[in-house]
Amino acid sequence: MKKLLTVYNVLISIFLYAPIFVIVFFSFNSGSSRAVFEGFSMQWYQELFEDELILKSLYYSVIIAVLSAIVSTLIGTLAAIGIHSLKGWKKSAFLAVNNIPVVNPEIVTAISMMILFVFALGFFHNAEMGFGTLLIAHITFNIPYVVLSVLPKLRGMDQNIYYAALDLGCPPMRAFTKVVIPQIMPGIVSGLIMAFTLSLDDFVISYFNSGATFQTLPITIYSMTKKPYNLKLNALSTLLFAVVLALMLVVNLKKPKKAEKKA
Amino acid sequence: MSKGVTVGNKKANLFPFSSWMVLFVLVPIALVVYYAFTDVNGFTLSNLKWIVTYRNTLWLSIELALIATVICVLLAYPIAYSMSRASARVQRNATLFIMLPMWMNFLVRTYAWMTLLEDNGLINSALRAIFGMEFPGLHLINNHGAIVLGMVYNYLPYMILPIYTSLTKIGQSLIEAARDLGANGSQVFGRVILPMSVPGIISGITMVFIPSISTFIISKILGGGKDFLIGDLIEDYFLGNSGVVNYNIGAALSLVIMVMILAATFIMNHFDKDAQTSGGGVI
Repeated sequence: MKKLLTVYNVLISIFLYAPIFVIVFFSFNSGSSRAVFEGFSMQWYQELFEDELILKSLYYSVIIAVLSAIVSTLIGTLAAIGIHSLKGWKKSAFLAVNNIPVVNPEIVTAISMMILFVFALGFFHNAEMGFGTLLIAHITFNIPYVVLSVLPKLRGMDQNIYYAALDLGCPPMRAFTKVVIPQIMPGIVSGLIMAFTLSLDDFVISYFNSGATFQTLPITIYSMTKKPYNLKLNALSTLLFAVVLALMLVVNLKKPKKAEKKA
Repeated sequence: MSKGVTVGNKKANLFPFSSWMVLFVLVPIALVVYYAFTDVNGFTLSNLKWIVTYRNTLWLSIELALIATVICVLLAYPIAYSMSRASARVQRNATLFIMLPMWMNFLVRTYAWMTLLEDNGLINSALRAIFGMEFPGLHLINNHGAIVLGMVYNYLPYMILPIYTSLTKIGQSLIEAARDLGANGSQVFGRVILPMSVPGIISGITMVFIPSISTFIISKILGGGKDFLIGDLIEDYFLGNSGVVNYNIGAALSLVIMVMILAATFIMNHFDKDAQTSGGGVI
């Protein structure tokens, strides 16, 4: 039974990693085919760094991801604190609204915002979708995830410490920054990271709300896949993958030490 | 339930959130409903007729998403189970291992499946090389199977992780107790482990079914564009890729998806509650 399970897990791993292998392998193709390997070369990596469109959209992606992560973390953290202080139906109502963008299919969230933007921009002369609409859209789908990652930390927080600080004469604002924020910090940080990565990776919502001029990386990748496929995309994906892999290895090598300390 | 604690000014804390969510979540959804029931002449139900026109597309979307979801449950459970029984270190590494592919752009990964599945792709070439013969009838791409494969591939991690989480919450002592009381292996699984992992299965189902039923990219790349799913129709009506822009029809179709998912979530929650009460009964 156990052997069977091991064989099965290996098969699923092959399934999960077969495309990854294909992408990495063909990024070193000296030919330009996505399916026929002609020989080893680094030419696609070289071309990647000469492609201004890709570099520019990577830059735009990072800017949108950083800004939307910061704004949604601020709004979401305050909201989580507010929601935590509510009771009864009010609390349920706020949580329900918060869950709408999580449960709704991405394409529905995307087109609903697109309708709003087209409608609202109709009142302005020459206004087009672009940086502004994209940033608003990203903040909107990030907020719920921040709320959901901060709320559990508030639930687990010892509220008496906050009241103790007040009793000892600490002004509420100071008690908030010195007592509450440090206790929920892990939730805020994981919300921020989640918002950043969701934004960086988003295709569907950006696709409908970015307009013609302001393209993030996933949009550029999509427009490149529609033309004859370009192996620069493989080189790009391989590089990004290598960066994430390296980050994960670093984090993972660090973690066991902490666990040992605790034990 | 934890008692509410008031930190700072309750209204001031909620103000940015409330105004943002009203403006960019609730108003847009109201606009979708408004567009679905109007055209240039005002109120109308004629947009909903398109649901009948596109009933085959709708059924196909539901069918393929359901098949993909069922396959995901079946594929994910054994993995999630073996992960939950492993040591803490293996568990952590396995979680990373499963999430890692999701860090590669999903369009590029889906294109890689094209490379694998094409008639002259890697799988067919490998089969030809191994068996030394042609398989002219073996078309792995541009069919429903390829679309389902794309869905399973892209969303399997979303099924594995919630099931795994729910399985780790089952205490070893509970399983030992069941064994002490005379349950054999399959009884322990069927009456303790499986019922207690239902919440994980359910959140996995929602996390696979919803993106599957509304996808428009997977069908485009792996379906060869001939089997449009509901997501493709919505995309076309909003962006006019096939020449017609009509927000009203697009909104009506979006409304259908929303209603279906609301209904599905409602049914799921019902099951979830059942599972929790019967789970409580077991304990």
